[in-house]
Amino acid sequence: MNNIAVYLEIEEGIVADVSLELLTKGRSLAHQLKCKLEAIAIGSGLNNIAPQVFPYGVDILFLVDDKRLYPYTSMPHTSVLVKLFSEEKPQIALMGATSIGRDLGPRVSSALFSGLTADCTSLEIGDYEEKKEGKVFKNLLYQIRPAFGGNIVATIVNPEHRPQMATVREGVMKKEVFDKNHKGEIKKLDVKNYVPDTDFVVKVIERHMEKSKVNIKGSPIVISGGYGMGSRENFDLLFNFASVIGAEVGASRAAVDAGFADHERQIGQTGVTVRPKLYIACGISGQIQHIAGMQESSMIIAINNDPLAPINAIADYVITGNVEEVIPKMIKYYKKNSK
Amino acid sequence: MGLQIVVLAKQVPDTRNVGKDAMKADGTVNRAALPAIFNPEDLNALEQALRLKDKHEGSTVTILTMGPGRAAEIIRESLYRGADNGFLLTDRAFAGSDTLATSYAISCAIKNFPKVDLIICGRQAIDGDTAQVGPQVAQKLGLPQITYAEEILDLKKDVITVKRRLEKGVEVVEGKLPMVVTVNGSAPDCRPRNAKMVMKFKHAKTVSEKQEGNQDYTELFDTHPYLNITEWSVNDIKSDADWLGLKGSPTKVKTIESVVFQTKESKKLTADDFDIESLMRELIANHTIG
Repeated sequence: MNNIAVYLEIEEGIVADVSLELLTKGRSLAHQLKCKLEAIAIGSGLNNIAPQVFPYGVDILFLVDDKRLYPYTSMPHTSVLVKLFSEEKPQIALMGATSIGRDLGPRVSSALFSGLTADCTSLEIGDYEEKKEGKVFKNLLYQIRPAFGGNIVATIVNPEHRPQMATVREGVMKKEVFDKNHKGEIKKLDVKNYVPDTDFVVKVIERHMEKSKVNIKGSPIVISGGYGMGSRENFDLLFNFASVIGAEVGASRAAVDAGFADHERQIGQTGVTVRPKLYIACGISGQIQHIAGMQESSMIIAINNDPLAPINAIADYVITGNVEEVIPKMIKYYKKNSK
Repeated sequence: MGLQIVVLAKQVPDTRNVGKDAMKADGTVNRAALPAIFNPEDLNALEQALRLKDKHEGSTVTILTMGPGRAAEIIRESLYRGADNGFLLTDRAFAGSDTLATSYAISCAIKNFPKVDLIICGRQAIDGDTAQVGPQVAQKLGLPQITYAEEILDLKKDVITVKRRLEKGVEVVEGKLPMVVTVNGSAPDCRPRNAKMVMKFKHAKTVSEKQEGNQDYTELFDTHPYLNITEWSVNDIKSDADWLGLKGSPTKVKTIESVVFQTKESKKLTADDFDIESLMRELIANHTIG
């Protein structure tokens, strides 16, 4: 009771990274609150889930196994969580800010009248004083998230309603094994008690999931282009440079919105968060929403026409000049000196 | 068979192009410096609704928005592009609503419509990026939902087939009406204004807007009833005051801070060959590259 619950996202029997990241965060929050960490797996053929999640410190794993529960559809998964949360009364419930978590979370929060904060970038525990009524709430979940296009950061709390629900994007929290020998308890739930047949109203008739070809998150060097790149063709310059030095290509939201790069390459608050050892920002002015997704890079090089671009303030090296001129030179002098 | 389609839309500050004057010295947002626009994904949603109307004779597209009086602007914008009528839900009682209280108010307003086959809205609004209102409205109305829609592929009798665009792929799903569909930005852009519709609806106004103007439009609105944009206050919907506004919002904002990043002492370089070559040598020497 009053534990921390994490909804597990599962694709073809594999627990998603974002869920393992949330388990890692959930484990540390559970230590702080002296409660247990629960994980909930809803799907089909779940025999292999336990060994994937127990090393992350899961104390109780709930399994709801039925072939109709995979692939994910909104209403059956909602029904499981709503009933399970009513029984178990977790104080905190976390899920990925993915197309599944952002479909499921709002529906569950609406049914339970518990607040939900989307796309949190940080989760902490702290107290909250309701000044009007002079009430103090102890050990609430601070749900910290950017708002207004990233220009402000808001700390949200849910003083009176449980569970306190939050979604977090992939790559925002760190994934860390707690103890590879850790074992928790498995509780199997009967789907009949949780999901009415009338919930199976939306049918998935076709599905093409691709393993992402882009691995920006794991790349030690990221070369990123912004709106200043000017065109999709100019991005080829970055891909070329990336293949020479062994890097991955990222993009700012403005560049993705303009169609210069694909969405899966987007870095920033509404994309991926990266922490490479080298980040090369090309034609990126440095809107806050972008900087938030790359500021923890060990070294930052900014290439920009504008000597006053905001990104320069956080860069280790600022090259003032045209990207079209600078990148070919970087390639040339890399090749010349690397032998 | 005609479809009764409701499109949920929101007027939002344009957070995509935030200038230097968008933040006040005290760290709060200067809303006046941000232009108010039609939430982009709601326009994608409107286009999907209009395409259904084109295919299914006798269909009606109704715009429903909640916001201050000036949000009537996006209702007019929708009428110019082919929507049939619009409703503005506006009241001080809704102030301070989080997504849950917003969804509750909107779902109560939708219950005013005698028949609704399909509710379509943008996946999320750019001022909050939460993507919560669509699914929460669906839950409050007891309806199923299809989120992240890129295209409504087919609608036959009461079965809708939708292509969804997800982070890592696509899905085609089908379900029965009535249904809530939320539409992605990757869906086709909304058609432009239609000149005839602009002429027809340019004087469309809410009651409050009519009162603001100096001219007397009474006769015009009597002879052209379609120019009336209906304004609903809290008294026009059946709702429980405990579920509205601040009171109906389980989430509370504890603090708001403006974002400040740690600035670094940076080394300034030019695009000269000498500068670039020394940089590359340095990066190779300290094993940052290679």
